Amino acid sequence: MSTPEHVVIIGNGIAGITAARHIRRISDKKITVISAESDFFFSRTALMYVYMGHMKWEHLKPYEDWFWEENRIELKQAYVEKIEASSKMLFLRGGERIYYDKLILATGSVPRFLGIEGEDLKGVQGLVSKQDLELLEENTRTCKSAVIVGGGLIGVELAEMLHTRNIPVTMLIREKAFWQNVLPLQNAQFISRHIESHGIILKHETELKEIKGTNGRVTSVKTSAGEQIDCDLLGISVGVKPNITFLEGSEIEIDHGILVDPYLQTNITDVYAIGDCAQHKEPKNGRKDIEAVWYTARMMGETVAQTICGKPFPYNPGHWFNSAKFFEIEFQTYGYVSANPGEHEQHLHWEHPDGTKAVTIAYHPENFRFFGINTFGIRMRHEVLDRWLTDERDLEFILSHLREANFDPEFYDRYEKEIFSSFKHQVRERLEH
Amino acid sequence: MSTPQHNMSLSGEPPATLSTTQKVATGIGWTGVFIFTLAIFNLQLPQMFLWLGLGLISLGVIIFANDQYYGKPAGVKNDGIWFKSMTARGVLAWGTAILLTLFYVVLYWFPQYLGYNPDGANSGLVGLFDPLSRFISGQPASQWFVYGTFYTLAILIFGYKFLLKYRHNKYEVLRTFSVMFFQLGFAFLIPEILMRLNQPYFNPVNIWPLNYDLFAGYKLSEFFSAGNIGLLMLFFGIASIFVITPILTYFYGKRWYCSWVCGCGGLAETAGDPYRHLSDKSRATWKFERYIIHTVLVLVVVMTIAVIYSFLNENPDQFWLNKNVFLLGSAAFLVLLFGLIWIFKRHRLAKDAKKGAIISLSIVLAIIAAFYFSGMTYGYLLRQWYGFLIGAAFSGVIGVGFYPIFGNRVWCRFGCPMAAVLGMQQRLFSKFRITTNGGQCISCGNCSTYCEMGIDVRAYAQKGENIVRSSCVGCGICSAVCPRGVLKLENGALEGRINSEAVLLGNDVDLLDLIRQQKKATRDPHSSPFNS
Repeated sequence: MSTPEHVVIIGNGIAGITAARHIRRISDKKITVISAESDFFFSRTALMYVYMGHMKWEHLKPYEDWFWEENRIELKQAYVEKIEASSKMLFLRGGERIYYDKLILATGSVPRFLGIEGEDLKGVQGLVSKQDLELLEENTRTCKSAVIVGGGLIGVELAEMLHTRNIPVTMLIREKAFWQNVLPLQNAQFISRHIESHGIILKHETELKEIKGTNGRVTSVKTSAGEQIDCDLLGISVGVKPNITFLEGSEIEIDHGILVDPYLQTNITDVYAIGDCAQHKEPKNGRKDIEAVWYTARMMGETVAQTICGKPFPYNPGHWFNSAKFFEIEFQTYGYVSANPGEHEQHLHWEHPDGTKAVTIAYHPENFRFFGINTFGIRMRHEVLDRWLTDERDLEFILSHLREANFDPEFYDRYEKEIFSSFKHQVRERLEH
Repeated sequence: MSTPQHNMSLSGEPPATLSTTQKVATGIGWTGVFIFTLAIFNLQLPQMFLWLGLGLISLGVIIFANDQYYGKPAGVKNDGIWFKSMTARGVLAWGTAILLTLFYVVLYWFPQYLGYNPDGANSGLVGLFDPLSRFISGQPASQWFVYGTFYTLAILIFGYKFLLKYRHNKYEVLRTFSVMFFQLGFAFLIPEILMRLNQPYFNPVNIWPLNYDLFAGYKLSEFFSAGNIGLLMLFFGIASIFVITPILTYFYGKRWYCSWVCGCGGLAETAGDPYRHLSDKSRATWKFERYIIHTVLVLVVVMTIAVIYSFLNENPDQFWLNKNVFLLGSAAFLVLLFGLIWIFKRHRLAKDAKKGAIISLSIVLAIIAAFYFSGMTYGYLLRQWYGFLIGAAFSGVIGVGFYPIFGNRVWCRFGCPMAAVLGMQQRLFSKFRITTNGGQCISCGNCSTYCEMGIDVRAYAQKGENIVRSSCVGCGICSAVCPRGVLKLENGALEGRINSEAVLLGNDVDLLDLIRQQKKATRDPHSSPFNS
């Protein structure tokens, strides 16, 4: 019997590990996962809960340590310095070399910095890796106040984390309201209000201009409004970028990320890229070319596993969905609700007077086809909304069946009636004009 | 790991977490505890000290809880739990565990040190409670009355704290009112009032096999000598086991009992809530749990049969039921039950569960045969040993004493035979399940961490699989702490309740289909439900 093919996966995040698990499920290939970040796979999205004291580091590991040996997935903590595609060889830091038959790049992302002078000062950091979390612990040991740049998901996580340590936080947000490049303005303002209700200071339509420091440590920042704000910690959360610097100079074609075809293969045969680091040459279904999202990374892992195991499968994600939590408010979205709808998309907004629940539904103004829904503080059933999107239901159907999609715990107050009458009112007004 | 770990958590200590108000509240509460400690030294304390002690403890907890949760946004607040000595197995936790354990040891085996005197006037701590006991039941206090009062008070005041902490979650609010109500009314007041009315001590919601004394000889004598009311109680006790319990569990899962009614569950959910994250989630513990809890169930079945057999043996002329007919009847019932499960639900059982069931049934039948052929009557002795080992040492000393070390459901999880019975019903025929919105799961682990029953909830959620574990008590906390709204406790159709072929949504439908087929084809019969 010939030796089994050796699949090497660089990166032990959700993308790489999902690929490894699915390859193991359907094949007997030899699997090695290389990561420089941590010994074992952990849930990056939960790093905040360790800092907040909800969980310990070991709780972040979705699989117990015996799992890897039992499933014959070899984990290797090492840093890959160079890939030589012609000889299918990986060069590790320290001189070791590894031969692969198939290579999957799942190296994830690193925080994006702004390129402003002073970003290398102590106390300036992002939050993506386990090392970033350790650094944050170090940086906030004596921190009196913090500034966070960027109104996105990592920004609000960082704010919530610091809030639990009683560190005053000011956030600089480029847009009119929180995460407004993704959320419609009304939703974004709704979240801004909620964040402010915790005592976080939000500076909207404000950007970072200058970073000042003494003795190599950040002391204050200057904003585009000319304001100077003192801080011992400057959190940069203006987004992430693919972690691909080690590929520069290799034959693997890169742009912002690693360029892949619909089969998640790079320009080099037998080399694939998935997750945050992959950039789709031909994104499908109106998707972005780089989607640094937990769920899409998992899907790419599932897809590439099929391709590698002899069933070539193009990556073709189904309906878009995502979720997040802003302090107490859970957010779920299914389908597309555009931040800036054009003339072919209209929105209905409902907001509960207590400021913790809201629903936005997007639809086509002429044929009333349902595009997508944003819910805040109300849980929705993925399966139901996924089906409605597939069935191309219209607004009337969605509104009258909204109750079926509710996923809130038992005995919770229901708002479908309120939402229904509020929306009926809005639609009637629009039709009359 | 690249950096050395100096601390229990990755991220070390947060700033001091007690506010001034909380410090004052702690002082008030501990002053109350101090008063009761004084009473132990056999001092004759004036009556008002009883009220003062109870009042100060309550006041302390209420002020503390108000300061902790009021005026802050409603939502799950587990900040810093793993940093605090009391909730992260630090010095305070160990101290509390040891103190509680010692209290239980004295309570169960040396009540005289608490001032209990069955032959004369009580003194010390028990004596301090005499007036309250006389007021309710007309009798002087016993150590159990003292314990019952503390127990009920704990459920009420920590229940208040729980209500504040989870006030955004109506399921939790209603459930907590329910356990507070059942503890105060059914477990504490009704039995005492029955005693005042010269009726047998009877708590209608304390069901066999948790209430292993229901069929004890002394209890049966009590029921039979109390006339119709006694018979009604016995009848209700039996109906609870064979009719009421299975019906309610069919509709609602075992949660109707374990986290809405039961006193053990009540204490675990209220006073034990700060320790829920300490339960071990490893696969090894899960295996151990299944062996130990079913062993206790076998023990209680054998013990109960022996006790009734002994009772019939000693009172042969009083009852229509012959001791041997009873033995044969019990054996026939167990065989029938086993047979029905085997015929209709065998495919729902894992291999080791089947093996365990066969071994358990064989042991019980062998012991019944031994009784039958030897005519021996070890019933009382067995009950004594069961009471000592399981009723006292396990459920009390370890069960509650070790809250701060092993979590708040040690007894419910590893020892409660009632939980084992209800668990089988829940697993095999119940409408209850926890539905997972697996597509939205980020594997963060909050659900698993805060599962007091040690279920690796995440293992199911990240696969999109419904959770139908027999140990789940339906406390609803996994759903409450989930930051993505992935979990929902539901009663629904039996069809599709177990969906082990589920795949995560959001992908290309063709791929989903392929994965589903591959999952079926590669299902390893040896694999555990964990992590596969």
